[in-house]
Amino acid sequence: MTGLLATVGGVFTSVDQDYLSQARQMQALSLAVHIPLVCFGIAFPAMVLYCEWRYLRTGDALFRTLARRWSKIMLALFAVGVVTGTILSFEFGLLWPAFMANFANVFGLGFTLEGFSFFIEAIFIGIYVYGWDRLPPRAHFLSGIPIAIAGVTGSLFVISVNGWMNHPGGFTLQEGRAVNEHPWSALFGNSFFWHEFVHMYFAGYIVAGFLVAGAYAWAFLRGRWGRYERTALTVALSAAAIAAPLQVVIGDWAAREVASAQPTKLAALEGLGQTTRGAPEHLLGWYNGHDVVYGIEIPRLLSLLAFHDPNATVQGLNAVPIADQPPVNVVRFSFQTMVGIGTLLALLGVVYLYVRLRHRRLPNSAWFYRAVMLAGPLSVTALWAGWITTEVGRQPWIVYHVMRTTDAVTEARGIPVGYGTLIVVYLALAGGVAWLLRRFSRAPLEVDRHG
Amino acid sequence: MAEIPMAFILAGLAAYTVLAGADFGAGLWTLLAGGGPASRVAVRDHARHAMGPVWEANHVWLIFVLVVCWTAYPVVFGSIMSTLAIPVFLAAVGIILRGASYALRGQLDTSRAQHPIENLFALSSILTPFALGTVVGGIASGRVPVGNAAGDPVTSWLNPTSVVIGALAVATGGYLAAVYLAADAHRLGERTLELDFRARALVSGLCAGALALAALVVVRSDAPALFHGLTSDGGIAAVGVSVAAGLMTLFLVWRRHFGPARASAALAVAAIVAGWALAQRPRVLPGLTIDQAAASRPTLLATIIAVACGAIVLVPSLLLLFRLVLRGRLDPADTPSATILPPRTPRKEQNHLLAAFAAATFLIGVGMTVIANSGWVLALGIICLFACAISTFGLAAADPSQQTESRIHG
Repeated sequence: MTGLLATVGGVFTSVDQDYLSQARQMQALSLAVHIPLVCFGIAFPAMVLYCEWRYLRTGDALFRTLARRWSKIMLALFAVGVVTGTILSFEFGLLWPAFMANFANVFGLGFTLEGFSFFIEAIFIGIYVYGWDRLPPRAHFLSGIPIAIAGVTGSLFVISVNGWMNHPGGFTLQEGRAVNEHPWSALFGNSFFWHEFVHMYFAGYIVAGFLVAGAYAWAFLRGRWGRYERTALTVALSAAAIAAPLQVVIGDWAAREVASAQPTKLAALEGLGQTTRGAPEHLLGWYNGHDVVYGIEIPRLLSLLAFHDPNATVQGLNAVPIADQPPVNVVRFSFQTMVGIGTLLALLGVVYLYVRLRHRRLPNSAWFYRAVMLAGPLSVTALWAGWITTEVGRQPWIVYHVMRTTDAVTEARGIPVGYGTLIVVYLALAGGVAWLLRRFSRAPLEVDRHG
Repeated sequence: MAEIPMAFILAGLAAYTVLAGADFGAGLWTLLAGGGPASRVAVRDHARHAMGPVWEANHVWLIFVLVVCWTAYPVVFGSIMSTLAIPVFLAAVGIILRGASYALRGQLDTSRAQHPIENLFALSSILTPFALGTVVGGIASGRVPVGNAAGDPVTSWLNPTSVVIGALAVATGGYLAAVYLAADAHRLGERTLELDFRARALVSGLCAGALALAALVVVRSDAPALFHGLTSDGGIAAVGVSVAAGLMTLFLVWRRHFGPARASAALAVAAIVAGWALAQRPRVLPGLTIDQAAASRPTLLATIIAVACGAIVLVPSLLLLFRLVLRGRLDPADTPSATILPPRTPRKEQNHLLAAFAAATFLIGVGMTVIANSGWVLALGIICLFACAISTFGLAAADPSQQTESRIHG
């Protein structure tokens, strides 16, 4: 069979695209719009189901109201996620046809499986949200469980593809395309995939939790602080506050995986020009092509963090030619943004958990609630920064050390027109979602209490 | 084996045309509301509501078609998407707008000042099926050569075959939507709406039929190879089935048997998709047969296994959804039919044990994750962290007011 494939090998090689940078920005924009919605797909169903479970266990109607109101937002965000996800799958072909033509046979399986997760999510989200009042309580609760499972498996399969792009394997390269591929082991036997997935999973709870909690923190500051708001804030903030400190541990694991599988990316994250034994860590500052300047140097910390050994040797950027290095400052700045925000969120989480568990109450300080309001947008920023770190840090490769992004791009014209159109459409979409959420927040509680 | 994933793609394409095509058609009817027996507002509301619970699921068929195509026939996918970039992008924009209207659906009901926005959404439901129809026309008339944007970016989709298939896609969507919406109105007992959509179904059905005939004439001169395929062997049989099912649907709609009309309308569309496939077989793109285009055996096998396993979960789920929808179990209710549970006194919770468990899993989890670089120790560490997260959540998310009370009492 593979011999037949080879007859069309080589047609997707020569590429002449003036707007590669715009193509990359267009893809980045689409991902940036979609990824926060993925967080809601991962975390929101579980939060809604928790509330409904509490209702089933205690008969406390407040939890039913809460689950019902959240489920409407969940459906709206899912519908937006469906279209932004569709755009991504279109763009794989529109922008990177050579990548798809030469390698999709290896990683496509991940998307096929994701397609089924997506199906299950879509089917049961319809049943769940339209089934309030119409299905018996337990059957209704059960109809929500597939949404929560499919939300997690869907992101798992997509991230398995990203893990493969970062750490490709399971095929033979012949005339620039993958042959003799073994898709199962390529995707799921990949050591680089699991930390990415767990890191994203925790991020899902951090982003969704802080964003939802932020809405109720705002209510607190505006003096609306009934039992409904307190309960809603407690559920959402507890999820985020637990995930945030644990994310530090997961992040440490992720950094060690990057250090061993992608030393060039690690060097870019830290701006390490020369291979160094007992390498220092720099906070802030600027990479000038050789070294980090104007930064705060902490001796040996990089070696300690990356290899858990203060005297370990860390490979520098000089190990590879300039042409094979990612744009160091972009990657480094994103990484520091993610780590900085992540640390602040972890501290906020610890403060909350201390008050909540030790004193068995919610914090009283207005400053705490201001911080929670800020934590939502900050967590989205950290999420974007994290993905920029890993995806720009992968450059100039689209398939790490196998295919360059410049060889993957389409030869079609008109990328700037598409990019401009997409910006306008996404701005309109963002406006629509903002309008929608505002209307949701203003609907009186009674609407969901009875009908 | 190389042909099995193509069968999945065609099945998905037929399902997308039949199900999501009707969603787009509903958008067409919100644009053309009024003029019939039912009022403008009633037609708009009905068209918007009836597609409610199923839109997302219907839409996923397109994703399914794309992912199976790029997994099993990557070169075909890359060639189609790069040459036909313009109509594909237009379809994408239409899908964003149409999806946004579904995301906003519940809120549009109660909002004033909605018509300009809704008309924009409705226009998008003409744009998307037309654009996707031109894509099909470009492929079917052999205008997509193998390679990265190797075909003409404009004439590959602005050509007689593409345009007529695009128009046919719009008409078919409107026709399917009218049949389904008439059936829904029948179920809801809305007599005026039922008659209104019945008339729409008959008119659009005749339009779709006329366009299908026109398409055959156009294809005969514009794409002789395709015409030859459609008029011989399996092709002509499929076309015959489609014509018969189309006429049958018109009759059933006329006699107001909407349930069977749904099925025969779907059959008419599915038969056309099958006819196209049979007419083109074994050629996928010019000079590229399906065997040459297919990925190697492990990938094809993996795709077939994935789809088979997926179907085991998907088919019962879809049946459940359609059963609930068609029986009106997900229609908006005036009075809640489900029982509301009575309040119960909560059981006393074993907080100390849970707290100890959370603390223990935290320490073990952090220890194992930090020490181990890979393998089972690391996996166990991660599992401990998950256990810690869940148990801590159980402690932290317990009802705050309840806990305050227990503290006052204790």
